[in-house]
Amino acid sequence: MNIKQNIKTLIVEKPLKLDCGQTINNFPLAYETYGSLNNEKDNAILVFHALTGDQFVTGINPVTKKDGWWSYAVGSGKSIDTDKYFVICANVIGGCMGSFGPSHENPKTKKIYGTDFPVITINDMVNAQINLLDFFGIKKLFSVVGGSMGGMQVLQFISNYPDKAKTAIPIACTSSHSAQNIAFNELGRQAIAADHNWSDGDYNSKNIVPDKGLAVARMAAHITYLSKKGLQEKFGRKLQERDDLKFGFDADFQIESYLRYQGSVFVDRFDANSYLYITRAMDYFDLVKQFNGNLSDAFKNTKAKFFIISFTSDWLYPTQENKDIVIALNAVGANVGFVEIESDKGHDSFLLNIPDFLKALKNFLDKSYAEKNL
Amino acid sequence: MKPEYKIISDLIEKDAKVLDVGCDDGTLMEFLKTNKNVNIRGIEISKEKVQICIAKGLTVIEGNAEFDLKQFPNDSFDYVVLGQTLQAFINPEIVIKELLRVGNKAIVTIPNFGHWKVRFNLLFKGTMPVTNSLPHDWYNTPNIHMCTIKDFVRFSKIINFKIFKSLALINENISDINNSNLIFKNLFGELGIFLIEK
Repeated sequence: MNIKQNIKTLIVEKPLKLDCGQTINNFPLAYETYGSLNNEKDNAILVFHALTGDQFVTGINPVTKKDGWWSYAVGSGKSIDTDKYFVICANVIGGCMGSFGPSHENPKTKKIYGTDFPVITINDMVNAQINLLDFFGIKKLFSVVGGSMGGMQVLQFISNYPDKAKTAIPIACTSSHSAQNIAFNELGRQAIAADHNWSDGDYNSKNIVPDKGLAVARMAAHITYLSKKGLQEKFGRKLQERDDLKFGFDADFQIESYLRYQGSVFVDRFDANSYLYITRAMDYFDLVKQFNGNLSDAFKNTKAKFFIISFTSDWLYPTQENKDIVIALNAVGANVGFVEIESDKGHDSFLLNIPDFLKALKNFLDKSYAEKNL
Repeated sequence: MKPEYKIISDLIEKDAKVLDVGCDDGTLMEFLKTNKNVNIRGIEISKEKVQICIAKGLTVIEGNAEFDLKQFPNDSFDYVVLGQTLQAFINPEIVIKELLRVGNKAIVTIPNFGHWKVRFNLLFKGTMPVTNSLPHDWYNTPNIHMCTIKDFVRFSKIINFKIFKSLALINENISDINNSNLIFKNLFGELGIFLIEK
């Protein structure tokens, strides 16, 4: 695929000091926008994508030719209404949809970075994306919104830039990656590393891809995005195009076939090394530790109006972890609303057509936008 | 709109910071926002009601007052309002103490179980009272700790909080409750409204 085509890129000239100690400059930040910026420049919403997302939030993704990852929530007349708001989304650094990442060439060695790429953090991602505000001449965003890793970026953004957004909507996320979260990410990384093709990250120079390992990583992760009830209802023990068990190791069950499919389509659009880097960034995310054990301090300087949303069946970033953010915000008297949405679709709920969720998101944004003095 | 909302509003100073505990569909919050320009937050246990509040642009947290008030630091609010829900809590004593910890003052309203209709019901019918303000049967009522206006006044002495102002609602008219008319108000008041302090 030719990914350079159709991709808007901002070259960030300003040096960015990464958490790992290295400084990068003149690096590409790929982004996409939807809707139009009004004259007052007060209708911009910065959307942050999750682990395997990209800047193509809605409409047809020009690279994968599939629907954008948040098509249910973003678009004309939708919760994040592109007739009303100017939506910006950037591919995170470390990603593989045009932004500076491990599949880029190292100008010093003229070789693809691979695992020579610096380890990046959620903080680095956010600090890279702040450059988009200057680029568009936006003094203050109307909102910063994101689910999962996108929600982590929302929290980090407000903590780093307390006066750069009027509202903040972290969805189905956490302020600190749990041992269970890290464990699942490590499983994915080890699956990639166990694929012989991975070649210690140097697969590009050999023109091969660790597709088996990456597919297994995706399959494992995909299970964590769903709920037991959701899986049982959708698949149960239904068999895949056969009347009975075949006493072998082909995909007898529909759930096996489904996971294999999810794994196979993922390797076509995602870079294995990016998967390592981004999961690492999530694991390193600990906003509580950044503020010496007091999460409230992350938010003490902000006047942003928060709306936290969690889902009943999300066991990856459960309601309690979202509520911990609410508690930290209340402790500093921040303006925070919270709702837990009833859904049996698991962590993936935020990406799906869950009417109660989409309604809450729309109402919060539209009512907040109507409040002029915010 | 419930008749006591106007009374509650009169007890609250302009521009105050207010928490409405059990804010329901946000009617009182909106009323206070418009009339008193208060900075108001709500906490509500029902997801549907929270959604209604969000649609009205109100800042509401889904939660249970019995467990979720502890997240607020001391004196976070000028006023904390608890409208007709004290009787539904497992431990009203803890709730009152929490209200007065997070708020400087609290406004508590209680449906009066000492009202003559209630007494009449039990005395002559011999069944648990079902009235306009207490519409549930004994087996499906959320109200597990009913009390009378007199009980609440006694409660203030037992768990040691000050009643700053006490009012009774009788046929949509409001009147002061004092020591000399307590027996009368406890018989005719449908609702007791109390402004309390630590």
